[in-house]
Amino acid sequence: MGKIEDLETINGEGYQLTTLDKAIALARANSVWPLPFATSCCGIEFMATMGSAYDLSRFGMERMSFTPRQADLLIVAGTISKKLGPVLKRVYEQMAEPKWVLSVGACACSGGIFDTYSVLQGIDRIIPVDVYVPGCPPRPEQIIEGVMNIHELVKKESNRRRYSEEYKHLLGTYEIDIDQHAESK
Amino acid sequence: MQNQNNQEYLSAIQAAFGADVLTHEEAFGMLNIEMTPARIHEAISWLQQHQDLSVNYLTNIAGVHYPESAGREFAVVYQLHSWKNNLRLRIKGYLPKENLHIASITDLFAGANWMERETYDFFGIIFDGHPDLRRILNMDDMDYFPMRKEYVLEDATREDKDDRFFGRNNNEL
Repeated sequence: MGKIEDLETINGEGYQLTTLDKAIALARANSVWPLPFATSCCGIEFMATMGSAYDLSRFGMERMSFTPRQADLLIVAGTISKKLGPVLKRVYEQMAEPKWVLSVGACACSGGIFDTYSVLQGIDRIIPVDVYVPGCPPRPEQIIEGVMNIHELVKKESNRRRYSEEYKHLLGTYEIDIDQHAESK
Repeated sequence: MQNQNNQEYLSAIQAAFGADVLTHEEAFGMLNIEMTPARIHEAISWLQQHQDLSVNYLTNIAGVHYPESAGREFAVVYQLHSWKNNLRLRIKGYLPKENLHIASITDLFAGANWMERETYDFFGIIFDGHPDLRRILNMDDMDYFPMRKEYVLEDATREDKDDRFFGRNNNEL
């Protein structure tokens, strides 16, 4: 990895000291495993983002995880119908802590142009979202910016986030009981 | 009738079902027949088994809602196709909103199963004799039939959408 930058460190001859939290967060931020939950045109843009021209592997993200158990970042790209809502929530619940959510495109963020009875008006009605990427669909550059914002969050995230009252309260508002999940695993 | 085949089909159906053929027309070259709903199952079965007419393929089943026309608010539309004669025809049955029952044709065409479920899902038309009549596209706990015109198309839970950007006037909703 070379020398750790952007971190508070104590440097000396042949050694570098920092806190474990920060070192782990830095490692995490540079190897986020995304789970692409792509349903429509935003998914196509996301495929372009993954491809060689834009190249997510530059961020240590080339390994797409198609099982929620081994994913850190849920990328929701596309229209989520109300019927699909419970499926998305279940995928989110199955992900292990720590986890983050990137909402790509107008439909995932707010239902987009689909102001209709069958479409969920934004995924934040069923799961907490960390970063929203606007656009219909957003260009790969925008998705990369969203991903980089996720990285900033990951770098600052406490290793003990899952135990904090704040986080439990947040998940509680979505009717997700984190303690129950820890036991069932 | 411009199309000679359409005329032959119409004459044959009229001969067999008489007064149950209520109206007919030719729309864009396609024969449209309105029948008494109670005899539609029988008519489709007869068309299917007929040696010459040989209507062997069910293209689609659809529902239509006409809230203005009293006593015939709902239409069930069957689109049929004869591969042998390369002829398509449409059979319609009108139902009053108080009694939305019509015989299922799943015993004639297995493909009618999902089409009837879809028509039930969106319009609430009940196909008697269907093996498994439940919602197919909408979420299971939906408590209304969304394609009926008494319900607004828009999502009731939306918060952040300005009607002006959707080509609608606020006063109309």
